[in-house]
Amino acid sequence: MTTRTELHAEPPRASLLARLLDSDLFYSFTRSPVTVVAAIVTLVYITAALCAPLISPQNPFDPATLNLLEGFTPPMQPNEFTSKVFWLGTDAQGRDIFSAILYGSRVSLLVGFAAVGFAAVLGIGLGLLSGYVGGWVDAFIMRVADVQLSFPAILIALLIFGVFKGIVPPAMQDRVAIYVLIVAIGLSDWVQYARTVRSSTMAEKNKEYVQAARVIGVPAPLILVRHILPNVMGPVLVIATIGLALAIILESTLSFLGVGVPPTQPSLGTLIRVGQDFLFSGEWWIVMFPGAALLILALSVNLLGDWLRDALNPRLRG
Amino acid sequence: MIAFILRRLLQSTLVMLAVALVSFGLFRYIGDPIHNMVGQEATLAEREALRERLGLNDAVPVQFARFVGNALRGEFGISYRMQRPVADVIAERLPATLELALISGTAALVLGIALGVYTALRREGWLSHLIMSASLIGVSLPTFLIGILLIYVFAVELKMLPAFGRGEVVQLGGWSTGLLTASGVKSLILPSITLGLYQLTLIMRLVRAEMLEVLRTDYIKFARARGLSDRAVHFRHALKNTLLPVITIAGLQIGSIIAFAIITETVFQWPGVGLLFITAIQFVDIPVMAAYLVLIALIFVVINLIVDLLYFAVDPRLRAQRPGRGH
Repeated sequence: MTTRTELHAEPPRASLLARLLDSDLFYSFTRSPVTVVAAIVTLVYITAALCAPLISPQNPFDPATLNLLEGFTPPMQPNEFTSKVFWLGTDAQGRDIFSAILYGSRVSLLVGFAAVGFAAVLGIGLGLLSGYVGGWVDAFIMRVADVQLSFPAILIALLIFGVFKGIVPPAMQDRVAIYVLIVAIGLSDWVQYARTVRSSTMAEKNKEYVQAARVIGVPAPLILVRHILPNVMGPVLVIATIGLALAIILESTLSFLGVGVPPTQPSLGTLIRVGQDFLFSGEWWIVMFPGAALLILALSVNLLGDWLRDALNPRLRG
Repeated sequence: MIAFILRRLLQSTLVMLAVALVSFGLFRYIGDPIHNMVGQEATLAEREALRERLGLNDAVPVQFARFVGNALRGEFGISYRMQRPVADVIAERLPATLELALISGTAALVLGIALGVYTALRREGWLSHLIMSASLIGVSLPTFLIGILLIYVFAVELKMLPAFGRGEVVQLGGWSTGLLTASGVKSLILPSITLGLYQLTLIMRLVRAEMLEVLRTDYIKFARARGLSDRAVHFRHALKNTLLPVITIAGLQIGSIIAFAIITETVFQWPGVGLLFITAIQFVDIPVMAAYLVLIALIFVVINLIVDLLYFAVDPRLRAQRPGRGH
């Protein structure tokens, strides 16, 4: 029950923080060391990415800071010309891999969060509509969802990207690519939200509090947003967390395939795509460190999502 | 039964028509088909003649009907980039993808069921814990990273296996196979692992969860009470019911294996349809994109249909009731 009050924006009796620390959710959090580690790693990672300009040794995408003599410096070894040490080495242009990862993570996280936000808003909206209105609206939305669900997300995202490449003139493509990527990933992932919210809405809409609101003449959109929405948010939170890991992986995959963000604004996937070419000549660090960063991020977010799913699942609560 | 099959067939046809409509929309409205087919020097009159000849001046429904008719005969026009019939290009590339998908899919299924059963039966063993933790990493590891890691270890460092291409292939009629030469088989190993690993973890986790569920049921307790051996209880009684949902998921995974082959084929420069599709997107080669879309949709719809029918055949409960599953 406490998980519900925590999501509910009622006038707070105790302070929000106090209620959070007192909740079942927080208790189950402290009892799972893996989750605590995952949460810390995720937080540190996000903070590091946000503060990239402050903590990274160089701005990797300002050509003025790059020194070609420092190219291909192995990690933790002084460069033979300038004897500068780079923690994680440098790439062909003398770009510090550590800085590139920090800046790349910003792009990956930005696209990930934005895509999840887009998918969630679209999915929740359509799910509420579908569940509350019913009838042919419901049938239509759910049919579309069924068809889309039988195709993997990556195909749908690729297709949207292909359409974009055909419509937008090449000169503009680099500038808008990142927004297209967000929309493409978001559109490939809304179905989960819509289905979950729809089924919870159908269960909620006949409950007394909704009927009461209807009787006193609250307009339908307001009922949906103020009364039903807060009560269907639990599962959405779980989907969104797991969805964030999926979105980050999908973004890096698309960028790796060369259809994602432009090379002037590289994400982790782009760094890996570029670094792959140097694998055969022995410069393994150019691809392995961004790869490891991606894995750590995806794994921590996945672990958080797994825990949240179990913690919010009433069937598993002892 | 027949009503059920008919309804599913009708649904499948509708899905295919919807996909054909998207595909037709791509072909007709993105860029100017005429512009992509003739050179810069073509005069306005020539363009107009070609437009008339291709029927691009007809009413849109007529054009769509013609597109569907052509698609049914396997004709998707000429690739803008390669200037060859799309059907030929795809037919040439398809064996590579299908071989890869088949090998990795089979391996994932067999290993996934074996590991799933093992981890369910030895739930507290250290090996089971190890396998389960490894599978979580497997789920979080993007396909392309698995491929790159494998290339680094087995191709660059150990120099044991080739890092790209199909090796030597043998032509059998219209089918090119890499299974008959040593270099072909060696080339298959890394891409198959890359492609199959995710499916393997998925199937393993599913089998484990289902098996644990089934082992808790009454009929298993009863079988034990009858004094049957562990082997008989686990493999004759429990496994059978475990495999029911596995059929559905495994069937649906065939489709996503073919989709994920796009990534694997890019990493290993594997000359299949996935690589063809990615290049088509990069060069805005619309006819190839449209054809690939229809082909993939067809594969998905057919697999969905087979899985549903198979489920119907395997699960006696479904046959007993009236089929009311709106799936």
